[in-house]
Order: sequence, then C-alpha cells, then structure tokens
Amino acid sequence: MTDDEAKQVILDTLEKKSKSKSKFYLRDFYAMIPDMKSRQVKNLVNKMVQEGKLEYWSSGSTTLIGLKGMGKQHQEDD
Amino acid sequence: MAKHKTPMLDELESGPWPSFVSDIRQQAEKGKQILKDAPEDLLGILELSYEDKVTHWKHGGIVGVFGYGGGIIGRYCDQPQQFPGVAHFHTIRVNQPSSKYYSTNFLRDLCDMWEKHGSGLTNMHGSTGDIIFLGTTTDHLEPLFYDLTHELNQDLGGSGSNLRTPACCLGMSRCEFACYDTQEACHQMTNEYQDELHRPAFPYKFKFKFDGCPNGCVASIARSDMSVIGIWRDEIRINQEAVKAYVGGELAPNAGAHASRDWGAFDIQKEVINLCPTGCMSWDGSKLEINDKECTKCMHCLNTMPRALRIGEDRGAAILFGAKAPILEGAQMSTLTVPFMKIEEPFDELKELIEKVWDWWMEEGKNRERLGELIQRQSWQKFLEITELEADPRMVDEPRSNPYIFWKEEEVEGGWTRDINVFRQKHQR
Repeated sequence: MTDDEAKQVILDTLEKKSKSKSKFYLRDFYAMIPDMKSRQVKNLVNKMVQEGKLEYWSSGSTTLIGLKGMGKQHQEDD
Repeated sequence: MAKHKTPMLDELESGPWPSFVSDIRQQAEKGKQILKDAPEDLLGILELSYEDKVTHWKHGGIVGVFGYGGGIIGRYCDQPQQFPGVAHFHTIRVNQPSSKYYSTNFLRDLCDMWEKHGSGLTNMHGSTGDIIFLGTTTDHLEPLFYDLTHELNQDLGGSGSNLRTPACCLGMSRCEFACYDTQEACHQMTNEYQDELHRPAFPYKFKFKFDGCPNGCVASIARSDMSVIGIWRDEIRINQEAVKAYVGGELAPNAGAHASRDWGAFDIQKEVINLCPTGCMSWDGSKLEINDKECTKCMHCLNTMPRALRIGEDRGAAILFGAKAPILEGAQMSTLTVPFMKIEEPFDELKELIEKVWDWWMEEGKNRERLGELIQRQSWQKFLEITELEADPRMVDEPRSNPYIFWKEEEVEGGWTRDINVFRQKHQR
C-alpha cells in the first residue's frame, strides 16, 4: 500500500466513524492499516497533521487525533 | 481595590510561608501583562472553587502551535462571563535548560516575553521540570512560539502522549558525586529525540530522567519510565586520615548540614557503620574498611563523610525502567534492568536500548498504558527478551518476591510433559 492509499484509508475510516466518534488514539490508526509498521503509521499520521487533514487533541496527559474541524469543541467555538 | 472578594484566599496569605496568592496579586498590581484581568480573575475563580468545592476548569483542547503535538495544554473555565480574564487560559510548557541554569538576564527576557503574550504568571518549574507559562489565549500562541524560538532560542517541552521534557540533576557542574555528565546526556537525548518530544508517538507519556548518583536529586527512580542513575563499579576511595578527622571532630559530618542543633559528638559506629544497609563496613578505631562487593551504593557513608569517602573511578550508570505513580494502584519504583553501562558520547548504547524499548511499547502498549504497566502485564521475562538482556539477580529485590520471571518450556529439561508412572513411583496419589 502506498502512503497516499494509506492516507485515504485513514480519511475514509475516520469519516465513516465520525457520527459516533471524533477523536482516536494513535493505536486506533495502527488497526486501520494493519500491513504497515506502527512507526510508519505514526509518521504518516503526523504528516497528515502537518498537511492540515488531521489535528491533535490533547488533555495534557494523553493525545488523541481526529479529522480537522470535527468534534464538539469546534461546534462550541463556532 | 481587588476585582473579586476572596476571603478564603486571604487566609492563605496569613501563614508563615510565602503564598502563591501574594504572587498572583503582585502580578495583578504590576499590571504589565497583556491579559490585564487574568491574575484577578484567576483569584476569583479559585475562590469560587473553594466555595463550591469543585473545579471550574475544563482541560484539554486542540490548541497548539503548527507542527507540534505537545507543549501546550488547552484550558478553559466554565464561568467565562464571570471571569472573562481566564475564559481561555492555556498552559505552555517551555523546555528548561539542563539543570535549570539561567542568567538573570534570560529570566527577565523570559518574563517580559510572557507579559507580552500572556498572563505574566509562571510556575518555576512544573513537575516534569519545564518552565510553565500559566494562561494565555489561542491567538497569542503562535506569536509567543515565534519569539520564544527566535529571540530566546528556547523550545517547547513535552506533553500528551509524547516523550516528556528530559530532566537531569546538577551533575558534574557542581557535584563531586556525579558519575557521568548528566547535563550532556540530557541535552543530547533531548536533541536526538525531538520528533518523539514534539509529535505524539506513544500509547501514553514517556519520561526519562538523569541522576548523577544514587542520591537521586531528580528522583528518577520514582518519577520516570526510564531512570539513568550514576554508579561506579570499583571501590569507594577512602582517605583514612580524613576518616580520623571526622572521628576526632575536626571535620563536620554531613558537610556541616543539620548543624542547627547539637547532636553531640560524631559517632562513626552509630552514625555510619551500624546504618550501612548491607553491613559491609567496619571500623576498628583506626582504620575504616569497606567490602565493596556487598555495597549497594546507598550513599549514606559518602554523604556523611564526603571528605573521607569518594565515589569510585570506574563510573557509568545503572538503567532502570518502569516507574509510575498511577492513581488507582499507587506508586511503583523503576526496576533495575542494566546494572552498569558507560554513559559517554555519542551515547549509542543508551540510544539503542531506548529504541528497543520504545518499539516494543509502541507495538504492544494499550492506550494509556505506561511502560511499567506493560512490563507487569507481559512479564519481566518478555521485557528482557526485547531488550536482549540476560536475567540478573540484581534485577530482583529479594528471592521469590518477583512475580515476572517464569521458565519457558524449551528451557526446562524434558519440557512440560512427564511420565506419570515415573512420577507415581516416588509420589503416592
């Protein structure tokens, strides 16, 4: 699977789950692309944040990742 | 005139100790901060929390600076109309210099910068060691980060599921007990693992801390997933003349500490020999002897008679893994994993070990599972496999107390199968 294909899988999966969940642990992304090594997935996810497709959400102790612009906090801010 | 009435906080100023309430008021009176109302409203919301006995903070958020997944923690209050000055009150972690050495100029610049971009309130330092900037709004984050990195050459620290800001003791800069250069190790590891520090990579937080000796001034053994504790493997160097000087009262024990009270004459037998946890020391009235093979490096004798006893010359560090302080189970200290490693540039051996551990934890760790918990769940034996280390008696506190090590079938002669008839010949049903 190429990086671009993997990115699309991530976006599609997040989109599909977006009605019930907007934030995911990094580990959840590993499961989306089981053929890829965890470290590669981690790098890909971080790259997608740089590209503005995903965004981090941090409680301070734990970091979650979701589609940019999704979730309750954005609705509140709007 | 204070903006909010704070009778309970006023009480905190009446005690004998300096109060954070006075500090916040001082900043409010000074009024140089761009977020004018922040200090007063911070006191107001705290008073309200004392009245209601619940917090009025909501934490967590999407705030951050571009490309960074840590270093900034979103914080909002749930009474924004009443306390607009702290409606958005994000915390910023700034990576502290190794051992926290600053010039006064630097501190002034840092505070000026923070008044330009935030509440002016700081916390020196947070528990991970960072310089903490308390409270600003989202629009100030990027300008602050630009100034911080371009004008002061400082970076953000770690937060979230990242490597947290590495911390070290004063090390060789001031301390004769330092068995390796803690500052250099801390600095090099911080630079090496920038990606892990700034971009979430792990199931949860990961901390490493560098103590120069087992006195553990940064308490790495209790506060970090990986503790690097300076140690020596040859003999404690003894100056017998100086020992006699301590015994004769010419030198003050503990380098003169605890001298505010008269503890009587120094008694080497009572205060040193009898307190040695392994009983490896003896004093015959003229000569101090140490059986170094039995020494567990508790540091008591060296701390008591620093002019007479010095650390050995073959120095490095012991590496321990797995400390954490979870709310539910209580604190767990880290476990000795590598009894001795030379800690010298370019630190390749150390990096190799760190990366093996991270690869395993990233692969196997559950969400919000610290390394120590993964070791408990999957066994110490598994941890030794991934670190490619041999089991060593020094990894075990005392016989049969360590539940992690189990035999594998291939390690046992005959495996798990047995001839029941042969067994029954010796053991009746």
